[in-house]
Amino acid sequence: MNRQLIEVGVVLLFASVPLWLGNLYYLHILITTGIFIIAAISLNLLLGYTGQLSLGHVAFFGIGAYTSALVSLGFDLELTDSYTFVFEPKPVWFSFLCGILFAAVCGWLIGKISFKVRGAYFVIVTISFAEVVRLVALNWIDLTEGPMALNNIPPFTLGIPGLWELTFYKKEPNYWLVLALCVLSFVIVRRLVESRAGRAMIALRENEPLATSVGVDVTKYLVLATVVSAGMAGAAGGLYTHYVRIVDPDVFLFIYTVTMVIMVITGGKGTLLGPIIGGLIFGILPEALRGVAGPEVQWIIYGILMILIVYFLPQGIVPALTNWWRQREGHQDPPAPKETAREVVN
Amino acid sequence: MLKVDGVTCAYGKVMAVRDLTMEVRQGELVTLIGANGAGKTTTLKAISGVLAPVEGRIEFEGEDITGASARTVLEKGIAHCPEGRRIFPYMTVRENLEMGCFLRNDAQAIAKDMEKIFERFPILHERRAQAAGTLSGGEQQMLAISRALMSRPRLILFDEPSLGLAPNLVEQTFDIVEQIRSDGVTVVMVEQNALAALELCDRSYVLESGEVTLSGTGNQLLKNKKVQQAYLGG
Repeated sequence: MNRQLIEVGVVLLFASVPLWLGNLYYLHILITTGIFIIAAISLNLLLGYTGQLSLGHVAFFGIGAYTSALVSLGFDLELTDSYTFVFEPKPVWFSFLCGILFAAVCGWLIGKISFKVRGAYFVIVTISFAEVVRLVALNWIDLTEGPMALNNIPPFTLGIPGLWELTFYKKEPNYWLVLALCVLSFVIVRRLVESRAGRAMIALRENEPLATSVGVDVTKYLVLATVVSAGMAGAAGGLYTHYVRIVDPDVFLFIYTVTMVIMVITGGKGTLLGPIIGGLIFGILPEALRGVAGPEVQWIIYGILMILIVYFLPQGIVPALTNWWRQREGHQDPPAPKETAREVVN
Repeated sequence: MLKVDGVTCAYGKVMAVRDLTMEVRQGELVTLIGANGAGKTTTLKAISGVLAPVEGRIEFEGEDITGASARTVLEKGIAHCPEGRRIFPYMTVRENLEMGCFLRNDAQAIAKDMEKIFERFPILHERRAQAAGTLSGGEQQMLAISRALMSRPRLILFDEPSLGLAPNLVEQTFDIVEQIRSDGVTVVMVEQNALAALELCDRSYVLESGEVTLSGTGNQLLKNKKVQQAYLGG
Protein backbone atom coordinates (compact mmCIF):
# COMPACT_ATOMS: atom_id res chain seq x y z
CA MET A 1 0.00 0.00 0.00
CA ASN A 2 1.26 3.41 -0.85
CA ARG A 3 1.15 5.58 2.22
CA GLN A 4 1.44 8.87 0.39
CA LEU A 5 -1.39 7.96 -1.91
CA ILE A 6 -3.65 7.23 1.03
CA GLU A 7 -2.70 10.52 2.65
CA VAL A 8 -3.50 12.48 -0.47
CA GLY A 9 -6.75 10.56 -0.78
CA VAL A 10 -7.80 11.42 2.76
CA VAL A 11 -7.01 15.09 2.26
CA LEU A 12 -8.95 15.15 -1.02
CA LEU A 13 -11.87 13.45 0.68
CA PHE A 14 -11.93 16.13 3.35
CA ALA A 15 -11.48 18.81 0.71
CA SER A 16 -14.53 17.54 -1.16
CA VAL A 17 -16.80 17.82 1.88
CA PRO A 18 -18.24 21.29 1.08
CA LEU A 19 -19.20 20.03 -2.38
CA TRP A 20 -21.57 17.34 -1.14
CA LEU A 21 -22.38 18.20 2.47
CA GLY A 22 -25.05 20.71 1.54
CA ASN A 23 -25.56 22.01 5.04
CA LEU A 24 -23.84 25.23 6.07
CA TYR A 25 -24.35 24.59 9.76
CA TYR A 26 -22.49 21.28 9.56
CA LEU A 27 -19.79 23.00 7.59
CA HIS A 28 -19.50 25.60 10.33
CA ILE A 29 -19.00 22.83 12.88
CA LEU A 30 -16.30 21.30 10.74
CA ILE A 31 -14.52 24.65 10.45
CA THR A 32 -14.47 25.25 14.22
CA THR A 33 -13.47 21.64 14.77
CA GLY A 34 -10.64 22.10 12.31
CA ILE A 35 -9.46 25.19 14.16
CA PHE A 36 -9.48 23.24 17.40
CA ILE A 37 -7.62 20.40 15.74
CA ILE A 38 -4.81 22.78 14.81
CA ALA A 39 -4.66 23.91 18.44
CA ALA A 40 -4.69 20.29 19.59
CA ILE A 41 -1.88 19.41 17.17
CA SER A 42 0.15 22.24 18.64
CA LEU A 43 -0.58 21.12 22.20
CA ASN A 44 0.37 17.58 21.31
CA LEU A 45 3.84 18.73 20.31
CA LEU A 46 4.39 19.90 23.88
CA LEU A 47 2.32 17.43 25.85
CA GLY A 48 2.84 14.37 23.73
CA TYR A 49 6.40 14.75 22.56
CA THR A 50 8.20 16.67 25.30
CA GLY A 51 5.87 15.59 28.09
CA GLN A 52 5.24 19.12 29.34
CA LEU A 53 1.63 19.95 30.10
CA SER A 54 0.71 23.46 29.04
CA LEU A 55 -2.57 24.12 30.82
CA GLY A 56 -2.63 27.67 29.57
CA HIS A 57 -2.38 26.77 25.95
CA VAL A 58 -5.45 28.81 25.14
CA ALA A 59 -3.37 31.90 25.94
CA PHE A 60 -1.38 31.42 22.74
CA PHE A 61 -4.60 30.82 20.84
CA GLY A 62 -6.12 34.01 22.27
CA ILE A 63 -2.98 36.05 21.70
CA GLY A 64 -2.97 34.98 18.07
CA ALA A 65 -6.65 35.89 17.80
CA TYR A 66 -6.34 39.30 19.44
CA THR A 67 -3.11 40.26 17.72
CA SER A 68 -4.45 39.38 14.31
CA ALA A 69 -7.73 41.17 15.01
CA LEU A 70 -6.03 44.35 16.25
CA VAL A 71 -3.49 44.52 13.46
CA SER A 72 -6.18 44.08 10.82
CA LEU A 73 -8.55 46.57 12.47
CA GLY A 74 -5.95 49.09 13.45
CA PHE A 75 -6.03 50.77 16.85
CA ASP A 76 -4.94 53.88 18.63
CA LEU A 77 -3.43 54.18 22.04
CA GLU A 78 -3.26 57.34 24.11
CA LEU A 79 0.23 57.01 25.46
CA THR A 80 0.46 60.48 26.98
CA ASP A 81 -2.00 63.39 27.06
CA SER A 82 -0.51 64.92 23.98
CA TYR A 83 0.59 61.84 22.04
CA THR A 84 -1.59 59.16 20.61
CA PHE A 85 -0.09 56.20 18.88
CA VAL A 86 -2.12 55.41 15.81
CA PHE A 87 -1.84 52.06 14.12
CA GLU A 88 -3.33 51.89 10.65
CA PRO A 89 -5.26 48.76 9.63
CA LYS A 90 -3.14 46.25 7.79
CA PRO A 91 -4.12 43.49 5.34
CA VAL A 92 -5.38 40.29 6.90
CA TRP A 93 -2.57 38.03 5.68
CA PHE A 94 -0.12 40.35 7.39
CA SER A 95 -2.10 40.50 10.62
CA PHE A 96 -2.41 36.73 10.59
CA LEU A 97 1.39 36.40 10.41
CA CYS A 98 1.74 38.98 13.19
CA GLY A 99 -0.56 36.87 15.36
CA ILE A 100 1.55 33.76 14.78
CA LEU A 101 4.74 35.65 15.41
CA PHE A 102 3.57 37.33 18.60
CA ALA A 103 2.20 34.06 19.99
CA ALA A 104 5.54 32.42 19.21
CA VAL A 105 7.42 35.22 20.98
CA CYS A 106 5.19 34.75 24.03
CA GLY A 107 5.90 31.02 23.84
CA TRP A 108 9.60 31.76 23.81
CA LEU A 109 9.30 33.97 26.90
CA ILE A 110 7.20 31.45 28.79
CA GLY A 111 9.57 28.67 27.80
CA LYS A 112 12.61 30.62 28.93
CA ILE A 113 11.06 31.50 32.25
CA SER A 114 9.48 28.25 33.18
CA PHE A 115 11.72 25.56 31.83
CA LYS A 116 14.23 26.38 34.50
CA VAL A 117 11.64 24.73 36.68
CA ARG A 118 9.74 21.97 34.97
CA GLY A 119 6.78 19.70 35.51
CA ALA A 120 4.21 21.09 37.92
CA TYR A 121 5.81 24.53 37.77
CA PHE A 122 5.40 24.69 34.04
CA VAL A 123 1.73 23.85 34.46
CA ILE A 124 1.30 26.61 37.03
CA VAL A 125 3.18 29.18 34.97
CA THR A 126 1.11 28.45 31.88
CA ILE A 127 -2.21 28.57 33.77
CA SER A 128 -1.26 31.87 35.39
CA PHE A 129 -0.08 33.25 32.08
CA ALA A 130 -3.42 32.46 30.44
CA GLU A 131 -5.28 34.07 33.30
CA VAL A 132 -3.13 37.19 33.22
CA VAL A 133 -3.63 37.56 29.48
CA ARG A 134 -7.38 37.09 29.89
CA LEU A 135 -7.51 39.80 32.54
CA VAL A 136 -5.51 42.13 30.32
CA ALA A 137 -7.90 41.50 27.43
CA LEU A 138 -10.84 42.10 29.76
CA ASN A 139 -9.58 45.28 31.38
CA TRP A 140 -7.48 47.10 28.80
CA ILE A 141 -10.60 48.54 27.28
CA ASP A 142 -8.81 51.23 25.24
CA LEU A 143 -7.10 48.54 23.25
CA THR A 144 -9.30 45.47 23.36
CA GLU A 145 -12.77 46.93 24.02
CA GLY A 146 -12.85 44.54 26.97
CA PRO A 147 -16.09 42.58 27.33
CA MET A 148 -17.66 44.63 24.52
CA ALA A 149 -15.44 42.58 22.19
CA LEU A 150 -13.68 43.52 18.98
CA ASN A 151 -16.24 43.58 16.21
CA ASN A 152 -16.25 43.71 12.44
CA ILE A 153 -12.96 41.98 12.09
CA PRO A 154 -12.23 41.67 8.37
CA PRO A 155 -12.33 38.17 6.89
CA PHE A 156 -9.47 36.59 4.97
CA THR A 157 -8.95 37.64 1.39
CA LEU A 158 -7.15 35.97 -1.43
CA GLY A 159 -5.96 37.52 -4.63
CA ILE A 160 -3.86 40.17 -6.28
CA PRO A 161 -4.71 43.66 -4.98
CA GLY A 162 -6.45 45.74 -7.62
CA LEU A 163 -6.84 42.90 -10.08
CA TRP A 164 -8.81 40.11 -8.58
CA GLU A 165 -9.81 39.43 -5.06
CA LEU A 166 -11.82 36.90 -3.18
CA THR A 167 -13.01 37.81 0.28
CA PHE A 168 -13.80 34.84 2.49
CA TYR A 169 -17.36 35.78 3.43
CA LYS A 170 -18.62 32.32 2.67
CA LYS A 171 -17.97 29.20 4.65
CA GLU A 172 -16.45 27.12 1.87
CA PRO A 173 -13.23 29.08 1.37
CA ASN A 174 -12.81 29.30 5.14
CA TYR A 175 -13.21 25.55 5.36
CA TRP A 176 -10.54 24.96 2.73
CA LEU A 177 -8.21 27.42 4.41
CA VAL A 178 -8.61 25.68 7.77
CA LEU A 179 -8.12 22.31 6.12
CA ALA A 180 -4.96 23.54 4.40
CA LEU A 181 -3.54 24.81 7.67
CA CYS A 182 -4.48 21.57 9.44
CA VAL A 183 -2.48 19.68 6.84
CA LEU A 184 0.38 22.15 7.12
CA SER A 185 0.45 21.86 10.93
CA PHE A 186 0.40 18.10 10.68
CA VAL A 187 3.29 18.14 8.22
CA ILE A 188 5.30 20.58 10.33
CA VAL A 189 4.90 18.49 13.48
CA ARG A 190 5.73 15.32 11.59
CA ARG A 191 8.88 16.78 10.07
CA LEU A 192 9.91 18.12 13.46
CA VAL A 193 9.25 14.92 15.35
CA GLU A 194 11.11 12.80 12.83
CA SER A 195 14.11 15.12 12.93
CA ARG A 196 17.03 15.15 15.30
CA ALA A 197 15.28 17.80 17.38
CA GLY A 198 12.23 15.57 17.68
CA ARG A 199 14.36 12.68 18.83
CA ALA A 200 15.83 14.95 21.47
CA MET A 201 12.35 15.98 22.64
CA ILE A 202 11.21 12.38 22.98
CA ALA A 203 14.39 11.56 24.86
CA LEU A 204 13.61 14.36 27.29
CA ARG A 205 10.12 13.07 27.84
CA GLU A 206 11.36 9.57 28.52
CA ASN A 207 14.33 10.21 30.72
CA GLU A 208 15.55 13.71 31.26
CA PRO A 209 18.70 13.06 33.31
CA LEU A 210 19.82 10.55 30.73
CA ALA A 211 19.01 12.87 27.85
CA THR A 212 21.17 15.52 29.47
CA SER A 213 24.01 13.09 29.87
CA VAL A 214 24.01 12.10 26.20
CA GLY A 215 24.43 15.75 25.34
CA VAL A 216 20.89 16.95 24.66
CA ASP A 217 20.54 20.63 25.47
CA VAL A 218 17.35 20.32 27.50
CA THR A 219 16.29 23.95 27.64
CA LYS A 220 17.00 24.56 23.97
CA TYR A 221 14.73 21.79 22.74
CA LEU A 222 11.96 22.50 25.23
CA VAL A 223 11.95 26.16 24.22
CA LEU A 224 11.97 25.18 20.55
CA ALA A 225 8.94 22.97 21.11
CA THR A 226 7.13 25.72 23.00
CA VAL A 227 7.83 28.32 20.33
CA VAL A 228 6.57 26.12 17.49
CA SER A 229 3.61 25.02 19.54
CA ALA A 230 2.69 28.55 20.58
CA GLY A 231 3.01 29.86 17.03
CA MET A 232 0.76 27.10 15.76
CA ALA A 233 -1.83 27.81 18.45
CA GLY A 234 -1.58 31.48 17.46
CA ALA A 235 -2.35 30.51 13.87
CA ALA A 236 -5.45 28.67 15.07
CA GLY A 237 -6.45 31.81 16.96
CA GLY A 238 -5.97 33.93 13.86
CA LEU A 239 -8.11 31.57 11.79
CA TYR A 240 -10.80 31.73 14.43
CA THR A 241 -10.80 35.49 14.67
CA HIS A 242 -11.11 36.12 10.93
CA TYR A 243 -13.70 33.42 10.56
CA VAL A 244 -16.15 34.34 13.33
CA ARG A 245 -15.09 38.00 12.98
CA ILE A 246 -15.60 38.87 16.60
CA VAL A 247 -13.28 38.22 19.49
CA ASP A 248 -13.90 38.73 23.21
CA PRO A 249 -11.96 37.78 26.36
CA ASP A 250 -13.86 34.51 26.53
CA VAL A 251 -11.41 33.04 24.03
CA PHE A 252 -9.08 32.72 27.01
CA LEU A 253 -11.43 30.54 29.03
CA PHE A 254 -9.84 27.57 30.75
CA ILE A 255 -12.45 25.24 29.27
CA TYR A 256 -10.90 25.62 25.82
CA THR A 257 -7.56 24.42 27.10
CA VAL A 258 -9.35 21.50 28.70
CA THR A 259 -11.02 20.72 25.39
CA MET A 260 -7.65 20.67 23.66
CA VAL A 261 -6.20 18.42 26.35
CA ILE A 262 -9.16 16.05 26.02
CA MET A 263 -8.68 15.87 22.26
CA VAL A 264 -5.00 15.08 22.62
CA ILE A 265 -5.34 12.55 25.45
CA THR A 266 -8.26 10.59 24.02
CA GLY A 267 -6.83 10.59 20.52
CA GLY A 268 -3.43 9.49 21.77
CA LYS A 269 -0.77 11.86 22.96
CA GLY A 270 2.57 11.50 21.30
CA THR A 271 1.04 10.18 18.10
CA LEU A 272 0.70 12.24 14.96
CA LEU A 273 -2.89 11.30 14.23
CA GLY A 274 -4.06 11.38 17.84
CA PRO A 275 -5.08 15.04 18.07
CA ILE A 276 -6.86 14.80 14.71
CA ILE A 277 -8.93 11.77 15.66
CA GLY A 278 -9.59 13.09 19.16
CA GLY A 279 -10.38 16.50 17.72
CA LEU A 280 -12.86 15.12 15.20
CA ILE A 281 -14.65 13.10 17.87
CA PHE A 282 -14.84 15.73 20.57
CA GLY A 283 -15.31 18.60 18.14
CA ILE A 284 -18.27 17.05 16.36
CA LEU A 285 -19.77 15.08 19.24
CA PRO A 286 -21.39 17.96 21.18
CA GLU A 287 -23.12 19.13 18.02
CA ALA A 288 -24.08 15.66 16.92
CA LEU A 289 -25.66 15.01 20.30
CA ARG A 290 -27.59 18.23 20.19
CA GLY A 291 -30.12 16.73 17.79
CA VAL A 292 -30.80 13.62 19.80
CA ALA A 293 -30.60 14.66 23.43
CA GLY A 294 -31.43 17.52 25.74
CA PRO A 295 -28.65 19.81 26.86
CA GLU A 296 -28.13 18.07 30.24
CA VAL A 297 -28.03 14.64 28.69
CA GLN A 298 -25.58 15.78 25.99
CA TRP A 299 -22.88 16.63 28.45
CA ILE A 300 -23.49 13.51 30.47
CA ILE A 301 -22.98 11.42 27.34
CA TYR A 302 -19.92 13.47 26.47
CA GLY A 303 -18.48 12.88 29.92
CA ILE A 304 -19.27 9.18 30.00
CA LEU A 305 -17.73 8.62 26.58
CA MET A 306 -14.62 10.45 27.67
CA ILE A 307 -14.30 8.36 30.83
CA LEU A 308 -14.84 5.16 28.86
CA ILE A 309 -12.14 6.05 26.37
CA VAL A 310 -9.64 7.00 29.03
CA TYR A 311 -10.50 3.92 31.10
CA PHE A 312 -10.41 1.32 28.35
CA LEU A 313 -7.85 2.94 26.06
CA PRO A 314 -5.52 4.72 28.46
CA GLN A 315 -2.97 5.28 25.70
CA GLY A 316 -5.62 6.85 23.49
CA ILE A 317 -7.54 5.75 20.45
CA VAL A 318 -4.74 5.85 17.89
CA PRO A 319 -2.23 3.68 19.79
CA ALA A 320 -5.02 1.20 20.60
CA LEU A 321 -5.98 0.95 16.93
CA THR A 322 -2.36 0.58 15.87
CA ASN A 323 -1.85 -2.29 18.31
CA TRP A 324 -5.04 -3.96 17.22
CA TRP A 325 -4.02 -3.63 13.57
CA ARG A 326 -0.59 -5.07 14.21
CA GLN A 327 -2.00 -8.03 16.04
CA ARG A 328 -4.45 -8.66 13.25
CA GLU A 329 -1.62 -8.60 10.77
CA GLY A 330 -0.01 -11.27 12.91
CA HIS A 331 2.96 -9.30 14.18
CA GLN A 332 4.31 -10.66 17.39
CA ASP A 333 4.30 -7.46 19.30
CA PRO A 334 6.28 -7.39 22.51
CA PRO A 335 4.28 -6.16 25.46
CA ALA A 336 4.46 -2.44 26.04
CA PRO A 337 7.13 -1.50 28.51
CA LYS A 338 5.72 -1.21 31.96
CA GLU A 339 5.96 2.17 33.54
CA THR A 340 7.77 0.95 36.62
CA ALA A 341 7.52 3.17 39.64
CA ARG A 342 9.94 5.90 38.80
CA GLU A 343 13.16 5.41 40.62
CA VAL A 344 14.17 8.47 42.49
CA VAL A 345 17.22 9.80 40.79
CA ASN A 346 18.95 11.70 43.51
CA MET B 1 44.22 12.20 31.99
CA LEU B 2 41.63 13.41 34.48
CA LYS B 3 42.50 15.64 37.39
CA VAL B 4 39.99 16.65 40.01
CA ASP B 5 41.44 19.26 42.29
CA GLY B 6 39.82 20.46 45.48
CA VAL B 7 36.30 20.14 44.15
CA THR B 8 33.38 21.04 46.39
CA CYS B 9 29.79 20.39 45.33
CA ALA B 10 26.57 21.33 47.00
CA TYR B 11 22.85 20.89 46.41
CA GLY B 12 21.59 24.23 47.64
CA LYS B 13 23.08 24.56 51.09
CA VAL B 14 23.73 20.87 51.56
CA MET B 15 27.34 20.05 50.97
CA ALA B 16 27.68 16.75 49.11
CA VAL B 17 31.36 16.67 48.24
CA ARG B 18 34.06 18.59 50.07
CA ASP B 19 37.50 19.45 48.76
CA LEU B 20 37.83 16.28 46.72
CA THR B 21 41.04 15.60 44.89
CA MET B 22 41.64 12.64 42.64
CA GLU B 23 43.49 11.67 39.53
CA VAL B 24 42.93 9.17 36.80
CA ARG B 25 45.66 8.16 34.38
CA GLN B 26 45.22 7.00 30.81
CA GLY B 27 44.03 3.40 30.59
CA GLU B 28 43.30 3.01 34.28
CA LEU B 29 40.24 1.54 35.89
CA VAL B 30 39.55 3.61 38.97
CA THR B 31 36.69 2.96 41.36
CA LEU B 32 35.04 5.12 43.96
CA ILE B 33 33.66 3.24 46.93
CA GLY B 34 31.83 4.34 50.03
CA ALA B 35 28.51 4.21 51.78
CA ASN B 36 25.26 5.71 50.58
CA GLY B 37 25.43 9.48 50.48
CA ALA B 38 29.20 9.57 50.56
CA GLY B 39 29.25 11.72 47.45
CA LYS B 40 30.25 9.19 44.81
CA THR B 41 27.46 9.96 42.39
CA THR B 42 27.89 13.67 42.95
CA THR B 43 31.54 13.39 42.02
CA LEU B 44 30.66 11.75 38.72
CA LYS B 45 28.04 14.39 38.06
CA ALA B 46 30.57 17.12 38.63
CA ILE B 47 33.01 15.52 36.21
CA SER B 48 30.38 14.95 33.51
CA GLY B 49 29.06 18.50 33.72
CA VAL B 50 25.60 17.61 34.99
CA LEU B 51 26.36 19.53 38.18
CA ALA B 52 28.64 22.55 38.39
CA PRO B 53 31.04 22.44 41.32
CA VAL B 54 31.01 25.32 43.79
CA GLU B 55 34.74 25.31 44.13
CA GLY B 56 37.78 23.59 42.68
CA ARG B 57 38.98 22.63 39.26
CA ILE B 58 38.48 19.69 36.94
CA GLU B 59 40.91 19.07 34.15
CA PHE B 60 40.65 16.57 31.31
CA GLU B 61 43.71 15.97 29.15
CA GLY B 62 45.10 19.28 30.27
CA GLU B 63 41.97 21.24 29.47
CA ASP B 64 39.90 22.95 32.12
CA ILE B 65 36.37 21.53 32.06
CA THR B 66 35.19 22.91 35.39
CA GLY B 67 31.53 23.87 35.11
CA ALA B 68 31.38 23.03 31.40
CA SER B 69 28.01 21.79 30.10
CA ALA B 70 27.28 18.08 29.84
CA ARG B 71 27.40 18.51 26.10
CA THR B 72 30.85 20.05 26.04
CA VAL B 73 32.23 17.39 28.36
CA LEU B 74 30.79 14.68 26.15
CA GLU B 75 32.33 16.28 23.08
CA LYS B 76 35.70 16.23 24.81
CA GLY B 77 35.38 12.45 25.16
CA ILE B 78 33.85 11.71 28.54
CA ALA B 79 30.69 9.55 28.55
CA HIS B 80 28.51 9.24 31.61
CA CYS B 81 26.43 6.18 32.34
CA PRO B 82 24.13 7.48 35.08
CA GLU B 83 22.53 5.33 37.74
CA GLY B 84 18.83 4.56 37.99
CA ARG B 85 16.79 4.41 34.82
CA ARG B 86 19.54 3.99 32.31
CA ILE B 87 17.60 3.75 29.07
CA PHE B 88 14.81 5.41 27.11
CA PRO B 89 12.09 2.81 27.69
CA TYR B 90 9.74 3.63 24.81
CA MET B 91 12.46 4.04 22.22
CA THR B 92 13.70 0.98 20.38
CA VAL B 93 17.07 -0.54 21.15
CA ARG B 94 18.47 0.95 17.97
CA GLU B 95 17.11 4.40 18.79
CA ASN B 96 18.66 4.18 22.23
CA LEU B 97 22.02 3.50 20.64
CA GLU B 98 21.48 6.38 18.24
CA MET B 99 20.86 8.69 21.18
CA GLY B 100 24.32 7.69 22.39
CA CYS B 101 25.83 9.41 19.38
CA PHE B 102 23.49 12.37 19.42
CA LEU B 103 26.42 14.74 19.03
CA ARG B 104 28.14 12.85 16.23
CA ASN B 105 27.68 13.59 12.54
CA ASP B 106 29.78 10.87 10.91
CA ALA B 107 27.01 8.56 9.73
CA GLN B 108 29.36 5.95 8.27
CA ALA B 109 31.48 5.60 11.36
CA ILE B 110 28.33 5.46 13.46
CA ALA B 111 27.00 2.59 11.37
CA LYS B 112 30.30 0.77 11.85
CA ASP B 113 30.28 1.30 15.60
CA MET B 114 26.72 0.09 15.74
CA GLU B 115 27.75 -3.08 13.91
CA LYS B 116 30.58 -3.64 16.36
CA ILE B 117 28.17 -3.30 19.27
CA PHE B 118 25.77 -5.77 17.68
CA GLU B 119 28.64 -8.20 17.17
CA ARG B 120 29.63 -7.92 20.76
CA PHE B 121 26.08 -8.20 22.09
CA PRO B 122 24.09 -10.32 19.63
CA ILE B 123 21.05 -10.13 21.88
CA LEU B 124 20.82 -6.38 21.24
CA HIS B 125 20.87 -7.05 17.53
CA GLU B 126 18.10 -9.55 17.92
CA ARG B 127 16.01 -7.03 19.81
CA ARG B 128 17.03 -3.94 17.90
CA ALA B 129 13.48 -3.03 16.88
CA GLN B 130 11.98 -3.71 20.28
CA ALA B 131 11.12 -1.03 22.83
CA ALA B 132 14.05 -0.91 25.23
CA GLY B 133 11.71 -1.07 28.21
CA THR B 134 10.81 -4.64 27.26
CA LEU B 135 14.38 -5.87 27.73
CA SER B 136 15.45 -7.71 30.87
CA GLY B 137 17.49 -5.93 33.51
CA GLY B 138 20.76 -7.39 32.30
CA GLU B 139 20.01 -6.55 28.69
CA GLN B 140 19.10 -3.00 29.66
CA GLN B 141 22.45 -2.68 31.36
CA MET B 142 24.19 -3.96 28.22
CA LEU B 143 22.25 -1.42 26.22
CA ALA B 144 23.16 1.40 28.60
CA ILE B 145 26.85 0.53 28.39
CA SER B 146 26.67 0.19 24.62
CA ARG B 147 24.97 3.53 24.36
CA ALA B 148 27.78 5.14 26.32
CA LEU B 149 30.28 3.51 23.94
CA MET B 150 28.47 4.96 20.91
CA SER B 151 29.87 8.40 21.68
CA ARG B 152 33.39 6.94 21.23
CA PRO B 153 34.53 8.12 24.63
CA ARG B 154 38.07 8.01 25.91
CA LEU B 155 36.82 8.05 29.48
CA ILE B 156 33.63 6.41 30.71
CA LEU B 157 32.01 7.15 34.03
CA PHE B 158 29.89 4.26 35.34
CA ASP B 159 27.53 4.93 38.18
CA GLU B 160 26.62 1.73 40.04
CA PRO B 161 26.39 -0.50 36.98
CA SER B 162 25.56 -3.53 39.15
CA LEU B 163 22.67 -1.89 40.99
CA GLY B 164 19.52 -3.98 40.94
CA LEU B 165 20.96 -6.83 38.88
CA ALA B 166 20.90 -10.53 39.67
CA PRO B 167 24.27 -11.84 40.95
CA ASN B 168 25.21 -13.63 37.72
CA LEU B 169 24.45 -10.46 35.77
CA VAL B 170 26.58 -8.41 38.14
CA GLU B 171 29.50 -10.60 37.23
CA GLN B 172 28.71 -10.25 33.55
CA THR B 173 28.54 -6.48 33.88
CA PHE B 174 31.94 -6.34 35.51
CA ASP B 175 33.30 -8.51 32.70
CA ILE B 176 32.02 -5.99 30.19
CA VAL B 177 33.61 -3.13 32.11
CA GLU B 178 36.88 -5.02 32.15
CA GLN B 179 36.65 -5.58 28.39
CA ILE B 180 36.00 -1.93 27.74
CA ARG B 181 39.07 -1.05 29.70
CA SER B 182 41.16 -3.54 27.79
CA ASP B 183 39.94 -1.90 24.59
CA GLY B 184 41.80 1.17 25.77
CA VAL B 185 39.00 3.21 27.31
CA THR B 186 39.74 4.68 30.70
CA VAL B 187 37.08 3.87 33.28
CA VAL B 188 35.89 5.53 36.46
CA MET B 189 33.30 3.47 38.27
CA VAL B 190 31.21 4.10 41.33
CA GLU B 191 30.37 0.87 43.07
CA GLN B 192 28.74 -0.11 46.33
CA ASN B 193 29.93 -3.66 46.11
CA ALA B 194 33.32 -2.79 47.58
CA LEU B 195 34.88 -6.22 47.30
CA ALA B 196 34.14 -6.52 43.60
CA ALA B 197 35.16 -2.93 43.01
CA LEU B 198 38.50 -3.39 44.72
CA GLU B 199 39.26 -6.66 42.99
CA LEU B 200 38.50 -5.21 39.60
CA CYS B 201 40.21 -1.85 39.81
CA ASP B 202 43.75 -0.56 39.45
CA ARG B 203 43.22 2.07 42.06
CA SER B 204 40.38 3.16 44.25
CA TYR B 205 39.26 6.10 46.32
CA VAL B 206 37.28 5.62 49.51
CA LEU B 207 34.73 8.37 50.14
CA GLU B 208 33.16 9.16 53.47
CA SER B 209 30.64 11.95 53.93
CA GLY B 210 31.87 13.85 50.94
CA GLU B 211 35.59 13.49 51.53
CA VAL B 212 38.30 11.14 50.34
CA THR B 213 39.52 9.29 53.39
CA LEU B 214 41.69 6.67 51.76
CA SER B 215 43.13 5.88 48.38
CA GLY B 216 45.45 3.33 46.90
CA THR B 217 45.67 0.32 44.66
CA GLY B 218 42.97 -2.32 44.91
CA ASN B 219 45.30 -4.72 46.70
CA GLN B 220 46.45 -2.17 49.23
CA LEU B 221 42.90 -1.28 50.13
CA LEU B 222 41.80 -4.90 50.28
CA LYS B 223 44.44 -5.45 52.97
CA ASN B 224 43.66 -2.24 54.82
CA LYS B 225 42.14 -2.88 58.26
CA LYS B 226 39.78 0.08 58.15
CA VAL B 227 38.48 -0.83 54.73
CA GLN B 228 38.01 -4.43 55.78
CA GLN B 229 36.01 -3.38 58.81
CA ALA B 230 33.88 -0.75 57.15
CA TYR B 231 33.22 -2.16 53.70
CA LEU B 232 34.24 -5.78 53.48
CA GLY B 233 32.42 -7.06 56.53
CA GLY B 234 35.65 -8.28 58.11
